[in-house]
Amino acid sequence: MLIAVSAALFALGLLGVIVRRNVLVMLMCMELMLNGVNLSLVTFAQQSGSAAGAVLVLLVFVVATAEIAIAIPIVLLLAQRKNGLDLDAYDDLRG
Amino acid sequence: MIETVLLWLFAGTALAAACLMLVLRHPMRVALALTATMLSLAGVYALLGVHVIAVFQVLIYVGAVMVFMVYAIMLLDVRDRSFTRRFSRLLVPGIAVALLFLAILGGGLWRALGGHATASAGTLFTLQEFSVEFLNDYWLHFELVSVLLVAAVVAALAVLEVGRRARG
Repeated sequence: MLIAVSAALFALGLLGVIVRRNVLVMLMCMELMLNGVNLSLVTFAQQSGSAAGAVLVLLVFVVATAEIAIAIPIVLLLAQRKNGLDLDAYDDLRG
Repeated sequence: MIETVLLWLFAGTALAAACLMLVLRHPMRVALALTATMLSLAGVYALLGVHVIAVFQVLIYVGAVMVFMVYAIMLLDVRDRSFTRRFSRLLVPGIAVALLFLAILGGGLWRALGGHATASAGTLFTLQEFSVEFLNDYWLHFELVSVLLVAAVVAALAVLEVGRRARG
């Protein structure tokens, strides 16, 4: 049943990324998606009794840290340039 | 018995705080809700017997990532249109896509697992056993991750340098 909780966390994070306007809130919702995946990995590792899932969770921690370390400066620069965190202000980034 | 109750309490708290993240207005409150989710998930991990991951969840996620996020929110105390209007125009399609996604994922999981309950916790994941297995079998991944971290630091510095040059 914890797998269902993790799927719900992932879906809530996905919904947040799609629905919210604030860029920082979208970043936090991406962290929520990573947390949902981590919960499923830990549950599977605990059920199967192997450490591979737990190792993968540790690697996901590091990847999340690296992602935030790059995303926050980018958001800072965008916010300085556009004077705001609203997603609609970044329309000119569209390809 | 009490462990099951605590497990469901923590899982419920995590889900409730994740729902709060979607409706709260101020980014700082969203960050606090996310911190509550992560702390509850650390409790779930500890109750599952995976204490290493629980400790790292608190240390790395709550201690590093969320503190960084809170600093960014405090640096950018802007109140633009995203402050008064929380949701983008994709609200209805977003909810539809999330429900569809959840239904597909839940259906697949239900068929794959057949509604198993979670197994009871073993003592497989003590710190010593986990560390020995980690550094014996997964040392290459460990090194690759350190390379990734160095690349992330260099990339963050490069992004800041680009911004400084653009401002003149």
